[in-house]
Amino acid sequence: MCLTICKLLCVSVYLILFVSWTVFCVRTCCQTQTGISQVTHYAGVQTFELPSVPQFCNSPTMIVMVGLPARGKTYISKKLTRYLNWIGVPTKSEACAAAALKDVTAYFTKEQGQVAVFDATNTTRERRAIIISFAKEKGYKVFFVESICDDPEIIAENIRQVKFGSPDYVDRDIDEAMEDFIQRIDCYRASYMPIDDERDRKLSYIKIFDVGNRYLVNQVQDHIQSRIVYYLMNIHVTPRSIYLSRHGESELNLLGRIGGDSGLSPRGQKYANALATFIKGQNIRDLKVWTSHMKRTIQTAEALGVQYEQWKALNEIDAGVCEEMTYEEIQENYPEEFALRDQDKYRYRYPKGESYEDLVHRLEPVIMELERQENVLVICHQAIMRCLLAYFLDKPADELPYLRCPLHTVLKLTPIAYGCKVESFFLNIEAVNTHRERPVNVDINRNPEEALQTVPDHI
Amino acid sequence: MSITDKTPSNPRELTQNPLKKIWMPYKNGLPEKTHISEKGLCMTNCPTLIVTVGLPARGKTYISKKLTRYLNWIGVPTREFNVGQYRREFVKIYKSFEFFRPDNEEGLKIRRQCASAALNDVRQYLTEEQGQVAVFDATNTTRERRETIIQFAEQNGFKVFFVESVCEDPDVIQENIVQVKLGSPDYTNCNTEEAVEDFMKRIKCYENSYETLDEVLDRDLSYIKIMDVGQRYLVNRVLDHIQSRIVYYLMNIHITPRSIYLCRHGESELNVKGRIGGDSGLTPRGKEFAKNDLKVWTSQMKRTIQTAEALDVPYEQWKVLNEIDAGVCEEMMYEEIQENYPLEFALRDQDKYRYRYPKGESYEDLVQRLEPVIMELERQENVLVICHQAVMRCLLAYFLDKTAEELPYLKCPLHTVLKLTPVAYGCKVESISLNVDAVNTHRERPENVEVSRMSEEALLTVPAHQ
Repeated sequence: MCLTICKLLCVSVYLILFVSWTVFCVRTCCQTQTGISQVTHYAGVQTFELPSVPQFCNSPTMIVMVGLPARGKTYISKKLTRYLNWIGVPTKSEACAAAALKDVTAYFTKEQGQVAVFDATNTTRERRAIIISFAKEKGYKVFFVESICDDPEIIAENIRQVKFGSPDYVDRDIDEAMEDFIQRIDCYRASYMPIDDERDRKLSYIKIFDVGNRYLVNQVQDHIQSRIVYYLMNIHVTPRSIYLSRHGESELNLLGRIGGDSGLSPRGQKYANALATFIKGQNIRDLKVWTSHMKRTIQTAEALGVQYEQWKALNEIDAGVCEEMTYEEIQENYPEEFALRDQDKYRYRYPKGESYEDLVHRLEPVIMELERQENVLVICHQAIMRCLLAYFLDKPADELPYLRCPLHTVLKLTPIAYGCKVESFFLNIEAVNTHRERPVNVDINRNPEEALQTVPDHI
Repeated sequence: MSITDKTPSNPRELTQNPLKKIWMPYKNGLPEKTHISEKGLCMTNCPTLIVTVGLPARGKTYISKKLTRYLNWIGVPTREFNVGQYRREFVKIYKSFEFFRPDNEEGLKIRRQCASAALNDVRQYLTEEQGQVAVFDATNTTRERRETIIQFAEQNGFKVFFVESVCEDPDVIQENIVQVKLGSPDYTNCNTEEAVEDFMKRIKCYENSYETLDEVLDRDLSYIKIMDVGQRYLVNRVLDHIQSRIVYYLMNIHITPRSIYLCRHGESELNVKGRIGGDSGLTPRGKEFAKNDLKVWTSQMKRTIQTAEALDVPYEQWKVLNEIDAGVCEEMMYEEIQENYPLEFALRDQDKYRYRYPKGESYEDLVQRLEPVIMELERQENVLVICHQAVMRCLLAYFLDKTAEELPYLKCPLHTVLKLTPVAYGCKVESISLNVDAVNTHRERPENVEVSRMSEEALLTVPAHQ
């Protein structure tokens, strides 16, 4: 009996330690390598302030781009950096030469970066040898990404898309500029030594041939390199557009309630029809349509009269015990939770529910498939759309949960140069506003009025 | 697909399928199958034919079987067709390597026939049996043979993806022969030395005519060339999602010996009371063991974390290892589910794999969310996964190649560790009981799964609890 009470006391101690809902990370020298986990360590202390950083790699990794000018190195660097940051791996892209190596060390040690992408030609063995010995000395891993392309059309298009915006060519005639640039490339070509499959067989690298027609992958060392390879093998440069929209206004939207699985309101149905007209007017070739498993997105897609695919991963954020509540009800029943959420909306997880951070993890396969696809219309939900938008527009975690994704508005994303052009189409059907800004007072002991200050109007 | 000219002014009625909780359009009370597809791979018209290429003892069958197991587990109906198997059935008794000599006309004829027979079965599987992927496992070392297969695929509307394994490391080849060839039916009546010698000569028969996939000559084909057991890969023209997933999978597997340990959390308070799910604390029972070089993974639910805490080693929490979400039935006893949701309870017994709890998940959903865990388990070496009953069933089904029907009924008792060690083409399982009593949480499928059944019939197989 005494023993049982003793053990129960131990259990209680454990329970106290686990009382907070937030997860944190204490950096230890644990060699964990997964990408999906939220890492906590067993030291037991839970604080709110420390951000949770998934442990992707024990040692930081330097990704080193290799290739002649106009081979897509910067395109790949920026895209890869954007992707890694989105999935939670702090990554930075460095575009210049010698000074950058020092910056890399500072980034890894002082800023807790995990991946640094070294975007330069790095076309000689000497140059690469310097980087390799630097990394070896510091204990960093190195992964090379070489882009090889001899198709003159691709190169010309490349130059047109990204170089002519450059300050070097602002006042020049296009043909003259093209000529000049091609000569620039030739200067590098003479001393260009591609990664050698024999002599460099101990290095870790991927060679990308002809914009993804063919790949050579050598000595992948760890999880993050494997993910990088997978990502690089799925991206393409074929022009296309991605359309993001929420479902039409739902019955629960009207009532100011979050979550649930309600159907469209009459205005929502009108939007669905308007969406069909809009899409038809866009004359999109081979459009794929994706929805979630929730009734309101499916009803919206039904109006289009085309085949659509349901993805469970596109379901709205699970608000756990707060499902179908109004913000007022959340404030009344769970004022502390409500405050915690305002303090860190990205990492906050609803009791028995999810966080935005969880959403990003579950949306990763969607992003990967979006990269593979061409023209796609994704009909989803507010939190989901924020996550997807943050990926395409490179928004950081603290901005993501506050991105504006109003009802009845289609966002058309078109990759251009190094980024994404966004066009917003409001289809002229009125809808409630569901966007709640971060209130000024996020303290746990704030007044209800302060908490509810930014709640949008509803019935 | 283009938008139809008629935009419906009357939206179709949506009904939620009672088993899977999927919203589908209905017309006159019947589900309309058009215009809807559930997210999945290969929801296309084109089945895929995967063709292995390589000298004997290069791991082609190992790769074929593993890939088939993986694809089936993630829900892509796949079957492998091993030409060697056809040959054994035809020739009955294997005499010696002479059968494989390039100048053996009789042998060549038989081998060609076997390949044809296998391709015929491939066609049947992909066109008539709803297969989506067929793995054609043979040496396929000449361009001529591969050309035949490509034409066959073209005629039938299949996509082709080649998987070539190239390896010259004699140690690897030797180990291969020892692990899988010696036990082959071909060599039942030989001693080890004889078998190895004969097999080496067999390999020689192929070497002279071996035409590896060539960067230039085969540049229009879709393939992955695996060199030296994964040191290097050459990937050419990946056409679609399934090929991309296959490449990713093949690039993550390895053959370094290791073991995977699966266990559930120590018995929890809810277990003792017969309740399902929830996130409770650990009872005073439960016991663990630790090893060096062992990665430990838990879910984010208290009971697995506390189990790992007792080990006093670093561990990683994975949200995707959380127990199946029982939705509205969370923390209920089976008796309570029967009382409050008798229809749901019956539907679950009818198809436990696909059944989704209201506002919860199905086993099918679990598999999808566990896929990254499996991928990472493939990359890792020694790992201990502390998880939950339904989750453990899914993981086990992957390693032991269990079907969707068997998966939800796999026995994963508390306080038992399953040690899985890859061996030859499969997985050795050792069950290690921790000799600590625990409640039984395994509920067998009852006989009567009709919606109209009596309570007693529904609750017949519920295990005892407080």
